[in-house]
Amino acid sequence: MNRNMNLAARILGTYAVIYVAYLYLPVLFLPLFSFNDSIYISFPLRGWTLKWYQTMLANEALHRALANSLKVGITTALISTILGILGARAVAQYRLPGQKQVVGVIMLPLVVPEIILAMALLIIILQTVGSRALGLMSITAGHILLCVPFAMVVLISRFEGFDRFLEEASHDLGENAWWTFWRVTFPNVLPGIVASLLLTFTISFDEFIMAFFLGSTDPTLPVFMWNQLRFPKLLPGVLALGACILIASVFIVLLAEWFRRRNAFDGQTGDMIIG
Amino acid sequence: MNSATSKPLDLLRIFLSRHPSLRGYLLLSPTLGLVAALMCIPILAMGVLSFWQQTGHMSFDMSGTLQNYIEALTRDMYRVLFLRSLGISGLTTLATVVMAFPLAYFIAFYVKRHKMVWIILVTLPFWTSYLLRVFAWKVILGYNGAVNSGLMSLGVIDEPLTFLMYNPTAVVITLTHAWATVAILPIYVSLEKIDRSVLEAATDLGDNPFMRFVRVVLPLALPGILAASVLIFIPTVGDYVTPSLVGGSDGYMIANVIQFQFFRGSNWPSGAAISLTSMTIVAALVAVFIWSARHLSGRNS
Repeated sequence: MNRNMNLAARILGTYAVIYVAYLYLPVLFLPLFSFNDSIYISFPLRGWTLKWYQTMLANEALHRALANSLKVGITTALISTILGILGARAVAQYRLPGQKQVVGVIMLPLVVPEIILAMALLIIILQTVGSRALGLMSITAGHILLCVPFAMVVLISRFEGFDRFLEEASHDLGENAWWTFWRVTFPNVLPGIVASLLLTFTISFDEFIMAFFLGSTDPTLPVFMWNQLRFPKLLPGVLALGACILIASVFIVLLAEWFRRRNAFDGQTGDMIIG
Repeated sequence: MNSATSKPLDLLRIFLSRHPSLRGYLLLSPTLGLVAALMCIPILAMGVLSFWQQTGHMSFDMSGTLQNYIEALTRDMYRVLFLRSLGISGLTTLATVVMAFPLAYFIAFYVKRHKMVWIILVTLPFWTSYLLRVFAWKVILGYNGAVNSGLMSLGVIDEPLTFLMYNPTAVVITLTHAWATVAILPIYVSLEKIDRSVLEAATDLGDNPFMRFVRVVLPLALPGILAASVLIFIPTVGDYVTPSLVGGSDGYMIANVIQFQFFRGSNWPSGAAISLTSMTIVAALVAVFIWSARHLSGRNS
């Protein structure tokens, strides 16, 4: 029995290592070739260079795309996190009739194909305001729709994990509802709020479909990258840009995870996606 | 002085304090309202549009017809694309779940310390750019890509393999990798919830490890497997980036034709009808899938 367990552990352990390699290796090809001194993405490697990073940094259009992505990302993060706080608070504090269905509706954007959400938004925007409304505003609207479910998931677990007796104690000691929120509730859920801000920012920053279909001629970073893909001679520059974006995303997500788990009341919730 | 203004407010406050669920809904209303405005209303508008006919640029015959749906369901081209999309997504779902299960099992039952490190390690790629993860496969499978140039410089092949790219297989490979990370968490969570004493009971009652796995672990992990399948199947059916980048014309999926109808084809009602038809087909398939899986497991246990 024990020997069986050991053998199973060894096989599964090996499998796990291979799986993680499979998860990460393909993506590592991007940074690998971004340092390769050749316009073609192929083996054998020609030697190290930083020139693709230099061409990337010198590209004015890229700077504008980056600025656009930052604007959209920050606005999306702020609005979807505020909406997430309101929603999570309502769900955690009250036993609402029909709560499951209502939360289900808010979570729907997670499972409806993005292209359908994007086209539906495109129809309503063009039919009501017209094509002049397309641009960073409409992209932000689309991103908020996609990000609210994630903000809700992150924040609900934070609001539910937090000890409600603290609020009652504050009430009993004479604080009004507003001060109780600021001095008791808010500090306790703050790590969740920071995590939500970081995650929704990353999602928006990396999002392509909404930005592609609801944008004007002024692209965000992923759409800028997509447009570059058509020109093989620009490919190494795209790889350099992609490598930078990957590193930035990984950094932000790890930071978010750190905040999300700080002082978590329930140390073992590993449900980043499904809640 | 301000009694005139505070009186209705006081009344409102008293009313709300007596109806906590109303207060809850008031708090929830901005979030719900936004989702309604950005998703429910647009999709309803799409529904209305799907019964119109395009007569010119941005002008429609609004008399109402089923023609778009009839075309969406009967034209060969659409049928091929529907079936191909469902096939590609089905294979992708199967592959991701089958590949993720042993890993989730390993983390749930064999990792004693640093469980969270493993979880973060396998979920991290989920948050990074989808476009870049798909693009990575274009770099790997392409004509001059990593696989072909690698094999050629090793002398294994003389000229690039053309079957790697621009076909449905490439789409399945890429999607399986891009969505791998979504499958692990739900399965892990359901495995982690299994009461260890149930497993010991099965062993004590004479089940060998294999029987124990089939009769105890698998049925208890089913909710996680179902959640993972649904979370992967639905979005991949409508995926646009992957078929566009690595699919080629043989690997085009339904999202490509939706995009075409709204832009170059400029037949919005048709695009709307195809969108809603595919949503309905997917929802129906998912419902049947969940129902039959629950039904089967209910009979087993």
